[in-house]
Formats: sequence, structure tokens, C-alpha cells
Amino acid sequence: MLRRRFFWLLLVLVVVSVLFLTLGAKGSWGFTLWFRGQKLASLLLIGGAISTATILFQTITHNRILTPSIMGFDALFLLILTVMVFGLGAGGYTQLPKVWLFFLNLGVLTLASVGLFALLLKDQSSDLMRMVLTGIILGVMFRSLSSLIQRLIDPSEFAVLQSASFARFNRVDADLLLLSTGLVLVTWICLWTMRHRLDILALGEVLPVSLGADPKRGQLVILMFISVLVSVSTALVGPVAFLGLLVSSLTYRLIPSWHHGHILPAAVLIGGITLVGGQLVLERILHLETPLAVVVECLGGLVFLFLILRKGST
Amino acid sequence: MIRIRNLSHQIAGHDILRNVDLDLSKGGLTALVGPNGAGKSTLLSLVARLAATQSGAIEINGLDLKKISHGDLAQLLAILPQVLTSTHRISVQDLVGFGRYPYSHGRLTSKDRQVIEQVLASFELEGIRHRFLDTLSGGQRQRAYTAMAWAQDTEYLLLDEPLNNLDIAASRSLMARLKRLAEQERRTIVIVLHDINYAAGYADHIVAMKAGEIVEAGAPEAIVTEAFLSRVFDTEAQVTHVAGRPLVVV
Repeated sequence: MLRRRFFWLLLVLVVVSVLFLTLGAKGSWGFTLWFRGQKLASLLLIGGAISTATILFQTITHNRILTPSIMGFDALFLLILTVMVFGLGAGGYTQLPKVWLFFLNLGVLTLASVGLFALLLKDQSSDLMRMVLTGIILGVMFRSLSSLIQRLIDPSEFAVLQSASFARFNRVDADLLLLSTGLVLVTWICLWTMRHRLDILALGEVLPVSLGADPKRGQLVILMFISVLVSVSTALVGPVAFLGLLVSSLTYRLIPSWHHGHILPAAVLIGGITLVGGQLVLERILHLETPLAVVVECLGGLVFLFLILRKGST
Repeated sequence: MIRIRNLSHQIAGHDILRNVDLDLSKGGLTALVGPNGAGKSTLLSLVARLAATQSGAIEINGLDLKKISHGDLAQLLAILPQVLTSTHRISVQDLVGFGRYPYSHGRLTSKDRQVIEQVLASFELEGIRHRFLDTLSGGQRQRAYTAMAWAQDTEYLLLDEPLNNLDIAASRSLMARLKRLAEQERRTIVIVLHDINYAAGYADHIVAMKAGEIVEAGAPEAIVTEAFLSRVFDTEAQVTHVAGRPLVVV
């Protein structure tokens, strides 16, 4: 049954990708395919990265309605951005080399999450939930700091900041795309080799210890992977909070398996289908200018509400 | 043998364990009994290294617990916590397979498969091997988790109140099964029990705790008396004997 579902998912992904590349193409094929191919690649990459990060986060927190964005990852990204625009001015910010910015984001986000982890979990009695709650509080603080700074900067700089702080799938730098693809692929390979360990880590707090999987170290390693995946996608296109939740809940529905060897590839496929399919419908079929991020966030938010209300009623 | 020396533990400034000295010899079923808050679960979790030892020492087969690697410990000792999640969508067979993780790290060998089959048979789980945990009754679920810990093939197995939420039939069959298997395979089981009658009925050895200290230890026939109940549990109950085993009239 799983094999058949994987086949269907793959088929759907290939169909939407081909349609995305070819539907309504005018003029030179070479240019269209190159232009759209880049966009397709970035959509697939972001969809896969965010979905993987969300599944991993839910695995180590043993909670299927949490997403990495709840830890304030997105808020920290926004704060870095705001501080930079404030410090350098809009002109200075737009002139910064993209690759340099990318690595700065990646470094700060990874360091922040590992730092938070080390700080809160060095004491053996504390649990991951405390870390998540601390992350939420820090997220609120980051957001307030950002909005304070945003009030201090001048309107033209604020406009630059606004456009940079929403997820944008339409203009992705080619160099960055290549770099991100490399990083995400390496992460996926590492995760694939530890897929059995992930199955064990998902069992709770005690059983992994009993089975010799050393949860603290596992959680730290996975948190680092999550930081890389989230930073890559936020640095590439900006924050997308609810996409992961939408994809992860669909994945658990479609693939009733405990094995990360099944769940992770399925989540990558479903993430790709959601973004590419969504963009296809919005752009080519409905001819809407609405950014895809807005629609995905809206749908994801509804899924989140649904999950919470359903949990409450049972 | 598990040798505990001078073990003390505090949680948020409160003494949970006070200078505990205890030897758990190899083989048989040892029941850990005592009133709520006596420190039974804490003792078990320290032996299983779920939390770090604050003061005192624990040795397993002569090895300092602190120096055993995670992988080695998982082949020597397994623990099943009190609260087991019921919502996991794992099939019984996969769950039992997880018990082989310390040996094969997820890539099951033919030996692993053989062990899994044996364990499924000894815990009578063959009929429900493909069912998901969230569709099982409490008794079946407890049996599946215990089977997973059994598949880990460790010398020592620690169980924290496995009879919680089980009815009398499931409780009796689980205890009888554990006792039989422990004898057959010469394993050591340490089990936290709330009901003194189950301890007296099935255990080879009873260790009683109160307020973080070991107050009594010995064979059930020798220690379960009316004076013992009043001293450890602060309750005046009558003790009779049925088939040579003490029975507390509740």
C-alpha cells in the first residue's frame, strides 16, 4: 500500500512540475525553461526543506502540532534583517553581497538554536518542552524588538524591510540556489543515514535511553539540521511558518508509518507538490498576483486550528 | 548483580532518596514496594540512568554505571516507564523490532528476526502483530511494550508499575508470564508494584521503601506481616496465608 502511495505522490509531483514548466509558455523555449526551471528548483527545495525540518521538530518534541517557527526561528530572522537595515540603511543593505548575508543568517540561526539547547539542556532534569516554551518567549521578544526598531527607521527603509520580510518565491538568486541545494542535499543524506535512530528518538523521553539511542545528543544533532534547513529556506525566500504544518499533517494522513525512511521522503514529495502545485494554480490557472506564501499560510493556519480543535474535542 | 551504595537524590531541594544501600542479585523477580512518594520510581530511573546520579554509586556486574557507554548499557539493562504513549501509530511487530535497536541499529538481521518471532510467540502477540498500538486495549498495549523490552535481550529488566490501568486478568497473566520467562531465560526483573498482593504472589524477593529509604528486604513469606504493613504503609490490615503465600486482606 505504501509503495503505491509513493508512486502516486511521485507521479503527481512530476505532472505538476511538467505543467509548471510548460503551461502557457510563449516565445523562446530555452529562456522559458531556464527561467521557470530555476523557479521550480527553488520551490521544490523550499518545500522539501521546510517539510523535513517540521517533521524532525515534531519527532524530537513528540508533538505533532509544533513547528520550528514556534521556537522563534522566523522571528530571529526578521530581527537580523531589521537590525541590518537599521544599521546599514536601505542602500547599504541592498548592496550587501547575497552569499555573505546568506551565511550570516545561517550562522546566527544555527548558533542561536544550539546555544538555547545547550543552555537549557545541560541540566539533565530539564526537558525539551521547557526549551520550546523558552523559544516561544524569545520569539515574542525578537518580534517586539523588531517592531521597536521598525518604528525608528525611516519609511523608505521600512519599505525595503517589508518586501524582504515576506516569503517571495519569484526572485531567487541563482548562486544562492546552488549553494542552498548543496546544503540541503548534504543534510538529507545525513538524515537518511540516521533514519532508524529517528524512529527510536520519536518514542518519547525514556524508551530512547533504554534502547541506547542517547536522546540528548540526538536532539542536539537534529536541532542543528533543523536550523540549517530553516535558515536555508528563510534566507532564500523568507519566512514560511505554516507550510510545514500543512505538509506534515498531510504526510501522517497519507503515510501511516512510524518509519522515517517512509515519512521523510513522503514529506519532501508532498512539500514539493504543495508549493509547485499551489504556484501553478495561482499563476497559470487563476492568473492571480497573490503571493503563494499568503495562500499557503492561510491554509496552514486553518489546518493548525483544525488540529487544535480536534485535539480539544477528543 | 546491581550494587547500590550510599545513593542519595534530591529533586528541587527535597530528599527523594537517602543513603540507599541495596544489592540486587542475579536472577528472579524482585518487587519494589512502598507507599506513594517513597522513591521507588526515582531509584529505578537512577539505575537505568534516566537521570544522573547525584551522590553515591551504582555498579552493574562490577562496572561503574557512569562509565558504561549508551550502547553497552542498552544491551545490559532495559527499562519500561510508567506512562506509555497510547497514540503511536506503530505496529506491534515494528515495536518489538525496536527492541533490537541496541544490536542492529534498525537494520534487522536474521538473528533479530528470529528473536522477534520468539518474543511475539512468548507474549502471545502473533494474532495482533500487524495491529497499530492505538487500536489495542490497555492490556495488549502493555504486553506489546513489555515484549519490546524483552526483545532487547538484556540481563536486567526494570519495569515501573506495569500493572497500572490493567484489569485483574491482564495483571495476572502479565505477572505469571514475567515470572515464567525470568526463570526460563535466567533474567533479572525488578518491578515497581503498588499492590502488595501481586508482590507477595509472584515475586521471589521484596524490597520495601519508605520516605527514600530501604526499610525491609527479603522473601515474601518472611516479610509480609501485619507489623510490616503498619510500619511501611501505615495501615492496619490482616494478613492470612493461602497456599504458602501471604495474602493481605483488603
